[in-house]
Amino acid sequence: MGLWETVTGRRRTPPANLDSLFEVPSAAITLQTGLGLTPTGDASVCYRAAGGSAFDTMQREVVELLQADPVAPAVRLETDSFGFTWLSVTGDPADTAGLCTDLHVVNTSLEAQGFGPGLLCTLIPFADASGRRVGLVYLYKQGTFYAFAPTGPQQRDNLLEITVRDALADELPMEPDLARWMAVWDAPGL
Amino acid sequence: MATSRFIKDTGLTVRMTTVMFLLGALFVALVVGLMFIASGAGYGGLVPIIGLAGIGVAFYQWWNSDKVAMKAMRAQEVSPEEAPELHGMIDRLCALADMPKPRVGIAHMDIPNAFATGRSPERAVVCVTTGIQGLLTAEELEAVLAHELSHVAHRDVLVMTVASSAGIVAGMLMHGARFGGLMGRRDRNSAAFFMITLVVSVVVYAISFFLTRLLSRYRELAADRAGAYLTFKPAALASALQKISGGIATIPQRDLRASNAMNAFFIAPAISGASLKTLTATHPSLEQRLEQLARIQAELGRPES
Repeated sequence: MGLWETVTGRRRTPPANLDSLFEVPSAAITLQTGLGLTPTGDASVCYRAAGGSAFDTMQREVVELLQADPVAPAVRLETDSFGFTWLSVTGDPADTAGLCTDLHVVNTSLEAQGFGPGLLCTLIPFADASGRRVGLVYLYKQGTFYAFAPTGPQQRDNLLEITVRDALADELPMEPDLARWMAVWDAPGL
Repeated sequence: MATSRFIKDTGLTVRMTTVMFLLGALFVALVVGLMFIASGAGYGGLVPIIGLAGIGVAFYQWWNSDKVAMKAMRAQEVSPEEAPELHGMIDRLCALADMPKPRVGIAHMDIPNAFATGRSPERAVVCVTTGIQGLLTAEELEAVLAHELSHVAHRDVLVMTVASSAGIVAGMLMHGARFGGLMGRRDRNSAAFFMITLVVSVVVYAISFFLTRLLSRYRELAADRAGAYLTFKPAALASALQKISGGIATIPQRDLRASNAMNAFFIAPAISGASLKTLTATHPSLEQRLEQLARIQAELGRPES
């Protein structure tokens, strides 16, 4: 933050960085071959819904747009205990690229209406044969990824998370600051 | 082209920077003026030393602001395990705002309030009282935390400390001149010098007092704005402010005086005086704050053409 913003007390919520999401499909292949983790076919975007008609209209249009697809994914909306909205799509587990395109529709629609600063994260869950689940989380504001592997209420498998980070370090910008590896307990798909 | 729903408030920016400029000018005028007077009385070397000492005091206050404030409020730092909801909210807000996560503290007192302090965003601490946790819903508490995080992002502790340095120097001079006038040598020259110094520093102190209070009110409005834009929920902050102001008025007087020193960093002031209230208040009036939040609400809800 610059000096002028400090002096005027004029800090804006930073805009979202949407580009890195398209690197997820190749990372999914790495996770599958390296760690045996396969995509579950779910993906969700977490954002802060604004009050007022403008946001409601936009959100309805996004859901309609996603469902207009001939191979329409199932679209769900839910609000978590922190007041953030999770828009989750469930599609073909083999088609990660398609999922990412669906997520991008949500992102660009929010941004076009001026709600881009409300984007918090995207979550793409993976699972292995033994039933372990790990979510690949993308932080919009930092433009970085991290892994989130819940093993129970308020418990996470840090070892698995770090393994995923090391496996993907060459492909995705991974979040270096562990303090930013935010826990998303009640996220859909995990 | 992506649209932005961030409304510019040029009026507030202009007023705020004008006040800051005036405070800076006041500091310079005080030091230069005193050096001019002092050199006539043969105390020329003294003034820069007093000026530097004043800056040193301000610097010390700013450097230790987190420790002092936490101690004054008897607040304890809490871990994510001890307060998972509070940490979860702050985690999310920091991820949205792309700022480092501050430490989190809880003060066991019934006054519903929250404050943020610390020398930099990296060393900041955000603290809430148990009273505010009981009074507000999760949504309202989040709005209050967003307001406090905006104070951290705007470096308001630093800004207010720098702004009050003229007042600190003037205060030190006031005491020094009184002391010097009583104890000093009795020649006419130095008696006149101490008299002039006393008058000048009283005037500067008074001006600086009103200007810093004015600046404090502007910074509060700026933090309200940034907080409301961060959560997209101006209505939650509005209802939190209403609840807090209502709650504070009903708290017994004894508790209120006990937290006097911390007032400038609170989300809503704990003292409601009657005389000169609007001029000396550290916080803008509830009406003013609600009016601004209503404007933001309207802008967020405006349908895109």
